[in-house]
Amino acid sequence: MTTTVYVPRDSAALAVGAEAVAAAIGREAARRQADLRIVRNGSRGLFWLEPMIEVASPGNRVAFGPVHAEDVPGLFEAGFLEGGRHPLSLGPTEDIPFLKRQDRRVFARVGIIDPLDLDDYLAKGGFQGLKRASTLSQNEIVQEVERSGLRGRGGAAFPTGLKWKAALEAPGAQKYVVCNADEGDSGTFADRLLLEGDPFLVIEGMIIAALAVGASRGYVYVRAEYPRAAAILAQAVARAEMGKILGNEILGIGKPFHIEVRRGAGAYVCGEETALLESIEGRRGLVRAKPPVPAIAGLFGMPTVVNNVLTLASVPTIFSQAADLQGRSRWTAAYQLAGNVKHGGLVERAFGLSLRELVEDFGGGTESGRPIGAVQLGGPLGTYLPPSMLGVSLDDEALASVGGMLGHGGVVVFDDAIDMARQARGAMEFCALESCGKCAPCRIGSIRGLEILDDLLARRDPPRQLELLRDLCETMARASLCALGARTPAAVLSAIDGFPGAFQTGDRLGGAP
Amino acid sequence: MNDEASRVDSFEVARGILQRLDAAPSSLLPALHGIQDSLGSVPPEVLPLIAAGLNLSLAEVHGVVGFYPWFRREPAGRHTVRLCRSDACRARGADALAEHVERSLGCREHETSADGFASLEPMQCLGLCALGPAMMIDDEVHGRMTPEHFDRMMAELRRAP
Repeated sequence: MTTTVYVPRDSAALAVGAEAVAAAIGREAARRQADLRIVRNGSRGLFWLEPMIEVASPGNRVAFGPVHAEDVPGLFEAGFLEGGRHPLSLGPTEDIPFLKRQDRRVFARVGIIDPLDLDDYLAKGGFQGLKRASTLSQNEIVQEVERSGLRGRGGAAFPTGLKWKAALEAPGAQKYVVCNADEGDSGTFADRLLLEGDPFLVIEGMIIAALAVGASRGYVYVRAEYPRAAAILAQAVARAEMGKILGNEILGIGKPFHIEVRRGAGAYVCGEETALLESIEGRRGLVRAKPPVPAIAGLFGMPTVVNNVLTLASVPTIFSQAADLQGRSRWTAAYQLAGNVKHGGLVERAFGLSLRELVEDFGGGTESGRPIGAVQLGGPLGTYLPPSMLGVSLDDEALASVGGMLGHGGVVVFDDAIDMARQARGAMEFCALESCGKCAPCRIGSIRGLEILDDLLARRDPPRQLELLRDLCETMARASLCALGARTPAAVLSAIDGFPGAFQTGDRLGGAP
Repeated sequence: MNDEASRVDSFEVARGILQRLDAAPSSLLPALHGIQDSLGSVPPEVLPLIAAGLNLSLAEVHGVVGFYPWFRREPAGRHTVRLCRSDACRARGADALAEHVERSLGCREHETSADGFASLEPMQCLGLCALGPAMMIDDEVHGRMTPEHFDRMMAELRRAP
């Protein structure tokens, strides 16, 4: 009997040697004449265990990890294909506590299927949502999305149904659907994991969006730093075209929809939707003033739906699942545990987890073994929280009360060796480096902010510098055109307010409680 | 190859890439990517060709090349090492690794080693934030990088034909 062995081909697994592991398994199997087939799946998102391989057994899959090429002969020796134990055995994959305590919905197929196997996708419920949506009118599709309570998962949490409604109602000879896969926040990788692990889901979400608003062309803008995600997605698009799911007639319903995969070029600001549209049009990624919003006048001036990868991937279940899952409570958050953490990876959970549960129960604390020094939520523009605030619940309201927001869900853990003054300066420097230059508060404010922070750190009249800095941050937060200039102050001020001593005594952590 | 020959070669490459794309301004980023993928950089002499081919002014093309950090105007070394410098990797020791890489290659960020072996570029986030420090060597990503691992990989690359 042929045994199936899963060896992930996700970037995270490849980065730590999965390709060599797959080759070693192939070699060893040939040498021993073992009857096996290797499937290259996505990653389950348990990164400290990568490369994590799985063996299919009746009723479940058992995992081994982290596996290196030199471990492979020993695994065969231990009979890992027939349920034999080995020091790297992790037991049934689904029983690994990190995974067992999650609510994998958007990521339900990631790490399980071969991401480019259209039949596998169909067999696991793929295109059910699209099939139902294609029987509905445009208005009905939009209404169902509105009723579902789905909000944008790129960071701004704007109601998706409202956006689609505006694009549907806006007049325009040509409409577009754009998938924002410019996941630039440090500490985030959910979009990448999904694009590499279940690309057809994103395509399905885009087709439903296209049906809803009447778009015949779509773009996916993937950052240059994600070459593997772009390549897998491009292959998935080609296969969907071959399968007559995309192209001149989507699913045989007589409407065309074409998807083009575009590569970014290293500009963080292009994750902002209007800068992204400029970039697709072939220009510098300068942020546009809003209004008009892209739903009214977006790509090439036409009505355009711009949604994040996870948002579009959340759409198909709205149409394939029972109505009892309606409302806000059906939605999960995709937390991404990163930085100096023992068990880093993806945690998809219904809302309501506390930061402590996430960082300590799931994450297992710092990898260095030192005490936690700070946690940054929501990327480089996110708030730094001191360890005393780990009890905060990870929902929008609770986070807002401590000046934070979840954004795209990145959670970066630092140990107590972190220098908060340097982090504050780094946040301002990041803004200066990545500013598109369109608006003065961001372009000039970030440079001026750096100068003030340097004066502050050199102890040149600190009270005056702090007053100036707060005034500048207020201006940037209120007057910048986009979140880059508007949210940088949150990162800077949270470092100053949460870790005050770091700016007075030279104590790196500032005696944070 | 002498300068004249390499110039002719880059014209040929650029022309071939432009032929495969729509002759419209929105093809600019795909054109620049195609040229850099083939030549290792976007040499200044091909910019007029791109401008003419996509119905753009030279200033517009120049502005776009300068805006996006991914595009390089100077020739690259035989290999490109891109180091993640963002916070999640720094929380896992990326600063110390960066110092080692600079010493090991004998060049700073944004520079190419004197022997033309490798160019060193800083970058923001490879999405390997729980496996840092991360880097990209040519088209391959690498995580949990240590100075020893880096030196081993460089030695392998130097031995490769």
